[in-house]
Amino acid sequence: MLEIKCPYCGKRSQNEFSYGGDGTIKRPALGEEISTKDWDDFVYFRDNPRGKHTELWQHVSGCRQWFKASRDTATHEIFSTCKMNEDFNE
Amino acid sequence: MQKYSIFSLVKNAFSNHENWEVAWKDPEPKSEYDVVIVGGGGHGLATAYYLAKEHGITNVAILEKGWIGGGNVGRNTTILRSNYMFDANSHFYEFGMKQWETLSQELNYNVMYSPRGIINLAHSDAQMNAYARRGNAMRLNGIDAVLLGREDLKKMIPFADFSDTCRFPIHGGLMQPRGGTARHDAVAWGYARQADAMGVDIIQNCEVTGFDVQNGKVQGVQTSRGNIKAKKVGLCVAGSTTLLADMLNMRLPIEAHVLQACVSEPVKPILDHVVTFGAGHFYCSQSDKGEMVMGGDLDGYNSYAQRGNMPMIQHVLTGGLAVFPNFSRLKMLRTWGGIMDMSMDGSPIIDKTHIDGVYLNCGWCYGGFKATPCSGWVFAHTIAKNEVHQLNAEFNLNRFHTGNIIDEKGVGPKPWIG
Repeated sequence: MLEIKCPYCGKRSQNEFSYGGDGTIKRPALGEEISTKDWDDFVYFRDNPRGKHTELWQHVSGCRQWFKASRDTATHEIFSTCKMNEDFNE
Repeated sequence: MQKYSIFSLVKNAFSNHENWEVAWKDPEPKSEYDVVIVGGGGHGLATAYYLAKEHGITNVAILEKGWIGGGNVGRNTTILRSNYMFDANSHFYEFGMKQWETLSQELNYNVMYSPRGIINLAHSDAQMNAYARRGNAMRLNGIDAVLLGREDLKKMIPFADFSDTCRFPIHGGLMQPRGGTARHDAVAWGYARQADAMGVDIIQNCEVTGFDVQNGKVQGVQTSRGNIKAKKVGLCVAGSTTLLADMLNMRLPIEAHVLQACVSEPVKPILDHVVTFGAGHFYCSQSDKGEMVMGGDLDGYNSYAQRGNMPMIQHVLTGGLAVFPNFSRLKMLRTWGGIMDMSMDGSPIIDKTHIDGVYLNCGWCYGGFKATPCSGWVFAHTIAKNEVHQLNAEFNLNRFHTGNIIDEKGVGPKPWIG
């Protein structure tokens, strides 16, 4: 069982959260002229690291806020979590 | 190579089974090979086997960082099927189903192919319509499919919850009678034994740490047991694909996720088919030893750990008990996890790459085991001829740029949701 620290509610068990995927993907800005390949990269291609991974979670059975987590994909250790508009305090 | 038969069994019984030949050797790596296959799982072993058998290429090494068959070919739930709707998948997996039917004879190794039938349960009229459509698509592609009603299923799985008050009443289902199971370890060992006999070097405890690429062409690989030259390199490393692709500066439409499975204590035969209960994220079959082999969803977050967490096991078994309430008294024997190479459209990638001589076989998501023979067969063809076969032409890497994705489940590029 993962124990995840919601930046709003504190530590809660994994059951209360749902996952939102790679947190480093940035949608191209509205109206920005970008190549088709850049669109494909945004939609389909991932870094998929073994080790530290920045990702999104939602405290879906709690405060329902989205937030960022820095987690190790090999050990499942969670280094840090922060609000969406913050940076990790590491 | 010693042939396995009732006669060799009897003969060896007289010497207390102490004089069997080793099934495959443990050679030192040579300095150079025509083809190096990275990954000694089912797909890698099958690829080497078909390279030797179909294409006469025997100067081949399989490099495995652990031991052969220790990854996903030893961690799956052994299910075989070709019940797909899209043509690319139908043709590919049906080619594989035909291989399964004769694989034991071909390998002289009992892979215990058991065409016990796979049943997908349906719980609404809409789902029955969808299954009728899928069954028709399968039959148009020459694949067996039978639409089952509620009364049919009462005879086949009488212990399922057929009450009217349950959350997902069973309306019927779609069955592929030729679907079933096979003994997963035997598949790996059978391919390994035959490949070894034809001259393939199976090199275990040998981790690839880098690639030697010059002017866009591969020259060889660096390994924990020294540098090995190779004219061609095939990657069959499933969940670890991205780790190797990073060394080649390839960014892939792949995420690694952990998928768990579990088995109960062995009990007497009760479940004669493979049954999937999609509404409850649960599927089950009974092994020949009597264990209930059960699986469900991904844990749901990126993971390279070959182990999962309890919440998903609990979730899967909760769904399982909803359809098979009498399983509640079974004791759990084992749980385990494997790393899935989840592609962004749920379909595999078997293709050449931007580097001359490097070939890619990945993106198997949850469904790699059943594809072992056909994946090996088309990948060997792709490597030997340096061109894709008709069967894997649509499983190209470029589809994520051309838009010809093969999204059988229609979930989009969020693999953990599927």
